[in-house]
Amino acid sequence: MTSQEWKFTTKDIAEKPDLFLSGHRACAGCGPATVFRLIMKATRGPTIVTEATGCMEVVSSIYPYTSWAVPWLHTAFETAASNASGIEAALKIMKKKGRISQEHVDVIAFAGDGGTYDIGIQALSGAVERGHDFLFVLYDNEAYMNTGIQRSGGTPHGAATTTSPAGKVIPGKLEYKKPIADIMVAHEMPYVATASPYYWKDLITKVRKGLEVEGPAFLHVFAPCPRGWRSNPAKSIEYAKLAVETCVFPVWESVNGQCQLSTPSKLVALAPQKKKPVADYLQGQGRFRHMFKPQGKKLLEDVQRITDERWERLLKKCGETPKTA
Amino acid sequence: MQKVVKQEMMALAGDQAVAYAVKQSDVDVVAAYPITPQTIIVEKFSEYVADGEVETEFVCVESEHSAMAASISASATGARAFTATASAGLALMHEMLFVASGCRAPVVMAVANRALSAPLNIHGDHSDSMAQRDSGWIQMYAENAQEAYDSIIQAFQIAENLDVLLPVMVGLDGFTLSHTLENVEALPDEVVKEFVGVRKFPNVLTHAGKTAPFKLDPANPMTMGPIALQNYYFEFKRQQEEAMTNALNVIQQVNSDYAKISGRSYGNGLVEGYCLEDAEVAAICLGSTAGTMKTVVDDLRQDGVKAGLLKLRTFRPLPVEAIRSALENVKAVAVMDKCMSFGGNGGPVFHEVRHLLYDVASRPYVVNYIYGLGGRDTSPSELRSIYENLQSILQAGRVETPIQYLGLRD
Repeated sequence: MTSQEWKFTTKDIAEKPDLFLSGHRACAGCGPATVFRLIMKATRGPTIVTEATGCMEVVSSIYPYTSWAVPWLHTAFETAASNASGIEAALKIMKKKGRISQEHVDVIAFAGDGGTYDIGIQALSGAVERGHDFLFVLYDNEAYMNTGIQRSGGTPHGAATTTSPAGKVIPGKLEYKKPIADIMVAHEMPYVATASPYYWKDLITKVRKGLEVEGPAFLHVFAPCPRGWRSNPAKSIEYAKLAVETCVFPVWESVNGQCQLSTPSKLVALAPQKKKPVADYLQGQGRFRHMFKPQGKKLLEDVQRITDERWERLLKKCGETPKTA
Repeated sequence: MQKVVKQEMMALAGDQAVAYAVKQSDVDVVAAYPITPQTIIVEKFSEYVADGEVETEFVCVESEHSAMAASISASATGARAFTATASAGLALMHEMLFVASGCRAPVVMAVANRALSAPLNIHGDHSDSMAQRDSGWIQMYAENAQEAYDSIIQAFQIAENLDVLLPVMVGLDGFTLSHTLENVEALPDEVVKEFVGVRKFPNVLTHAGKTAPFKLDPANPMTMGPIALQNYYFEFKRQQEEAMTNALNVIQQVNSDYAKISGRSYGNGLVEGYCLEDAEVAAICLGSTAGTMKTVVDDLRQDGVKAGLLKLRTFRPLPVEAIRSALENVKAVAVMDKCMSFGGNGGPVFHEVRHLLYDVASRPYVVNYIYGLGGRDTSPSELRSIYENLQSILQAGRVETPIQYLGLRD
């Protein structure tokens, strides 16, 4: 795979026709909409997309309109991976029987954090175990945004949502964000990666790698949601950058179980003094507002500590020697 | 005029007969999860796959929910898809059953009918599929292994008919049929392959303004399973109802086409009357009970009782006219339900049959018999008592207890 890595220029990407079209009804500053557009820029040929119920399904397919210039199927919330299984199986046998003309068709499954961490994890785990050849994209906006900002397994510690509000007694979500990409690595699947839309070239490269790999690939993409995060819509991509710089959301990939940091996070590992405090990322997001009040000090410290611990663990996994700032 | 072909007599349990029919029907994708008493279907089919006897992708999914999702998506991609389940498995599919019919995915599914928990029970009744009667699936029930075999083959033709395009479930009673060895006449492979043919697709208008076959094809991108709100959802549902109406004719046509090659037919495909012509008292039932009931009717006839039977082969779409005309001269009817509708004043078949008889000129007396739950055996003498009760009703001129439980411990 690495021997013939796909090379592209910004011009190539700009010139490639969009497959996720404008006119959809996503909110201003929607991180996932940018993520989807970029991902569809990385396709390499005939592609079928399937999608779990969620924000992006809803905004892109309101009958009789569609934002999809590729064949697209939605069935339910928990079925992105099982849909992909059926599509891939159908393509395989129909190719064998001469009932489809394409030499190869890529299959991409999109799901949000609810459709991945929570209700969709069984179908995802099963599809990966069976080894279907497809790319699963988790666009993680860290809560059930479509239904009105309820906490999910992907919601970070301390975040206020409508089902984990920051109250007088409980300061937002008490539990920690589930390490979903690690769980997928534990499936011993060929390709797992995390990506942020700020580092769009890194994202696009990873999509292509995920498509090129034989068998299942999992891509965890950070996707800021101004409505759910109570953040400035103009700053979504900035938050996608800060999440990486603070190591709240490091970018890395695991190829056949070999884990390595991707350049943006590698740079932080090499120059720890550049690692920003989590407060830089959390500030300005309404969902973390309570952390910046006097009674939120301990929670803020906790988030910094958890972030640091997870970063150290990741460095070890990637064979990096932890350096002190 | 086609000729009835020479067939091979095989000893098959109901599940095996289903697997054999699927093997012969040029199915592209089977996505299934094991559950008693359906398991033999997937086991047998796995053997066909392992021995290279079928050109089918077998997706051994991790749940029935995924089985149905993968069947729908395979079907949407253009494949002929089959799955099988029972009881809790069908209940787990519930959400996806509506998606299958709503996406107009002509998936065929065998349901080895079994009781629902709790208490846990692996034996046969109709609680599982009756609970799915409003899911937009065509429902057919087999009387024996032969009919299970024949119905599966017919199901592909019915489901994929362009005037229908609806999923079909074929019920076979758990253990009574699924695990019981019977003689089954099987058609030659090439005859079945020709009968089911290759899947056809309706041409629909794509977003790009072209007409293209209704499937996921990169050559003609199409958005399937979209969100449709207050302004369109209702029309989608109305179209499903039209497809159900169309299925009434298609099922009859397929039944008669199939009779031409196999020599076997099941009434008009929708209902099968037995000794109904001059019957005064009659029972209506689904599935394997019909077999026992026929011998009971024979005995009663020997004794001079004008008894008859209506086997409801197709429950969805409900063959309203066929039932009305079959029962035209009957004076008292017993409707058999192997299922409860708790708090619903009788079982589901009873509700529907009594409902459709409301509009006939001379309404018969109608009584409901709930029986056989959790696989409880129903003996010929118990079935005979139903007819005796119908005679008493006629004598008394009224129905004293409209809902009765057969074979229930006191």
